[in-house]
Amino acid sequence: MFAFLIRRIIQAALVMLVVASIAFLMFRFLGDPISNLLPEDATVEDRAEMREKLGLNDPFLTQYGRFIVDAAQGDFGQSYRNNRPVSDLLAERFPATAELVLVAASLALALGIPLGIYTALNPRGWISQGLQVVSLLGISVPTFVTGILLILLFSVSLGWLPSFGRGTVVDLGGWTTGFLTLSGLKALILPSIMLALFQMTLIMRLVRAEMLEVLRADYIKFARARGIPNQILHFKYALKNTLIPVMTIFGLQLGGLIAFAIITETVFQWPGMGFLFIQAVNFSDVPVMAAYLVLVSFLFVVINTIVDLLYHVVDPRLRVEKSTARGV
Amino acid sequence: MTPRKFLLTATSALALAFAGTAQAETFRLGTNGDLYGLDPHSMTDSFTVSFLNHVYEALVRYDADLKIEPALATRWEHIDETTVRYHLREGIKFHDGQDLTAEDVVASVNRAAHEDSPIRGNIAGLVGAEMVDDMTVDLLLDGPNPLLNNFLTNILIFDRGWLEEHDALEPIDAQKGEEGYTTSHANGTGPFRFESRTPDAQTVLTVNEGWWDEAQHNITRIELNPINSDATRVAAMLSGELDMIVPSPLQDAKRIESAEGMHVLEAPGLRAIMMGFNLSDTLNNANTEGNPLQKVEVRQALVHAISYDLLRDKIMRGKSRNLGTLVAPQVPGFDAEVDTIPAYDPELAKQMLADAGYPDGFSFNMNCPNDRYVNDAAICQALAAMFARVGVKVELTAETKAIHFERARANETDMFMLGWATLPMLDGYSVLSAMLHTPGGQMGTWNPGGYSNAELDRLTQAVATELDADKRLEMMVEAFAIAKNEVAWLPLHAQPLSWAARDGVSIPQTADDKPRLWLARID
Repeated sequence: MFAFLIRRIIQAALVMLVVASIAFLMFRFLGDPISNLLPEDATVEDRAEMREKLGLNDPFLTQYGRFIVDAAQGDFGQSYRNNRPVSDLLAERFPATAELVLVAASLALALGIPLGIYTALNPRGWISQGLQVVSLLGISVPTFVTGILLILLFSVSLGWLPSFGRGTVVDLGGWTTGFLTLSGLKALILPSIMLALFQMTLIMRLVRAEMLEVLRADYIKFARARGIPNQILHFKYALKNTLIPVMTIFGLQLGGLIAFAIITETVFQWPGMGFLFIQAVNFSDVPVMAAYLVLVSFLFVVINTIVDLLYHVVDPRLRVEKSTARGV
Repeated sequence: MTPRKFLLTATSALALAFAGTAQAETFRLGTNGDLYGLDPHSMTDSFTVSFLNHVYEALVRYDADLKIEPALATRWEHIDETTVRYHLREGIKFHDGQDLTAEDVVASVNRAAHEDSPIRGNIAGLVGAEMVDDMTVDLLLDGPNPLLNNFLTNILIFDRGWLEEHDALEPIDAQKGEEGYTTSHANGTGPFRFESRTPDAQTVLTVNEGWWDEAQHNITRIELNPINSDATRVAAMLSGELDMIVPSPLQDAKRIESAEGMHVLEAPGLRAIMMGFNLSDTLNNANTEGNPLQKVEVRQALVHAISYDLLRDKIMRGKSRNLGTLVAPQVPGFDAEVDTIPAYDPELAKQMLADAGYPDGFSFNMNCPNDRYVNDAAICQALAAMFARVGVKVELTAETKAIHFERARANETDMFMLGWATLPMLDGYSVLSAMLHTPGGQMGTWNPGGYSNAELDRLTQAVATELDADKRLEMMVEAFAIAKNEVAWLPLHAQPLSWAARDGVSIPQTADDKPRLWLARID
């Protein structure tokens, strides 16, 4: 297990280096930050001076080297737009995104898995058929449309829930949380539904498909022939094997949730990292964009590592194989 | 006290208590972007600076008609060509209780004019400030400057002692690596005090009871809610979570008007939208030798190919104001005669192109931003279609503003879009010096196409130092007439302003698109 972890960490470091390089290269082509930082009628000298100050006149490799060395130490420099260290900005925004993703992920799992099981066990029931149709909608309607529809229904027409922001948040020494106030909880509802909807339908359909597959497997047939009650058959034998692919997908999707949060955060003016990123794109704020990309890929890598570790817990065969099959 | 009487007293006390809360008027404003920070000397973003005008004040300010009126200074006089003396108002206190004195003004002006100051470009010609006595300040210039007061409306005044205490006497330098105290704290003299701020979420101000000016407003608290998404901002307005939104998307005007208790505030704004030409010897992307756009006849032909009314009615939903000159009517330098719109006449345009040697037209590349001005990319699409009718084929590239302006500035386009509001100086000189003067040094910073006219250069330089307002205006009008005849730029329209508010909100809508809540009332 330990060797496996070390291998994963080395792999992760390589992935991060590649991501950082791509981030840096890509953002060179995003336009000139100077035009957003200076007034319309700033003089040529003002511009030149600003370029010099921001280090944009240095040779490309110098800029790149500086970026990688600083980034390795967790220093992503100053945001051009906010005049503040990027790491502070991201740290400030992380709680908002984390809480949103946490709620959305719990929602997706808590609804997706039971619904998936239900539709698999009662494939011909009209509720299952209905859920199948609705889930198709959930997958195919773009999330921003869902978000706007939710706002129109629950904020504009019914006036129940806020259409933007996080509500009142409580500062717990560096971590701002919306869980402790009523307005904070209310503000979480619509954005987390919007974010969870796609994942939920995905999990539901996945669980259903896997479960149907497993239920057709020979060992289930034999178990059934031996007269093992359905309850044990479904929830002890079938479900466990259903959950392995679901876990993989969910792990990947958790990263997806963080990435997708950009859209949700933009629609709901949710002051999280994704929103910070979009703002940075508008202003060609390269340090913020690069840091965000590196951070998100870091989260992806961490999540995938955890998922791999979880396989070992769930599937005993992998524990045996690991001594023979290297490089999982 | 009988039970009945007690009940009566209790209910009336309760009623009073409710009346009390009803008088606490919170103004919930929704905007499409957030402040860059709280230090008005650290950035030139006009929305940020205008909002900070609620907390900080300047020596002079614009009134609701965009005329300059005294603020922290009561009067001023020219001592000589390079010195203007300002007399401060007595009895003004900062929010932390300190008195306003000449020392504060000197420290603030010198901070703004400091060589590291990001807003130094907004106060061209201002060398610094000197204290004369406790309530009198001399501003030192490098020559006669008719626009000094226009600039000063944007130079907000800090308390010197407060700056010193927090090590903020020098302007914030983006690359210093440390965050300035003034980015997240504020202490001004304005009608509202800073209370709290969460970036991209909410900024809260509360009323300053000790404000020196007689309050026109009845607001006790301001909540600034940035909501970047147009649809969400409108939804928040419609759901009653906001009192006013700035801006209100043009396409949603009907929807808001039809909602109960809401209305849209519309006015033509200061921002003139125009197309710039590449006037160098060769085009970047054309099928002809040389540069047809260098010929005045060709540029005039293009003007005749444009249906201004169609642009206004179809693309801008009837909200914009056609513009034949390069500044909006509110800007000094505007003249109704120069503003006339050339007739839409595609046949004439074709004829003119043929006469200029292009009977079969020609083709070139047009660049447009798609996230900067109202319907920017749609305007360019319409223009491309109109040009095509007279045989001029346009390859349109619509891209994000950061790239668009970088390319335009580097003259990598053949034709590009630019909007110019003349802010913060609010004067035609802004256009003359930046866009029409031959490029070089401080001049022509936004003239990448290389337009050059000796007479226009001469007029521009004269306007820069002419203190006689009438003479100055005359020269500006003359200069804009030359620019029009030569089609130095191709003006299209003044972009409309659109705000939306719930009924019961009254606020003057100024053409500079800045909500001045100290002039607003709500009930």
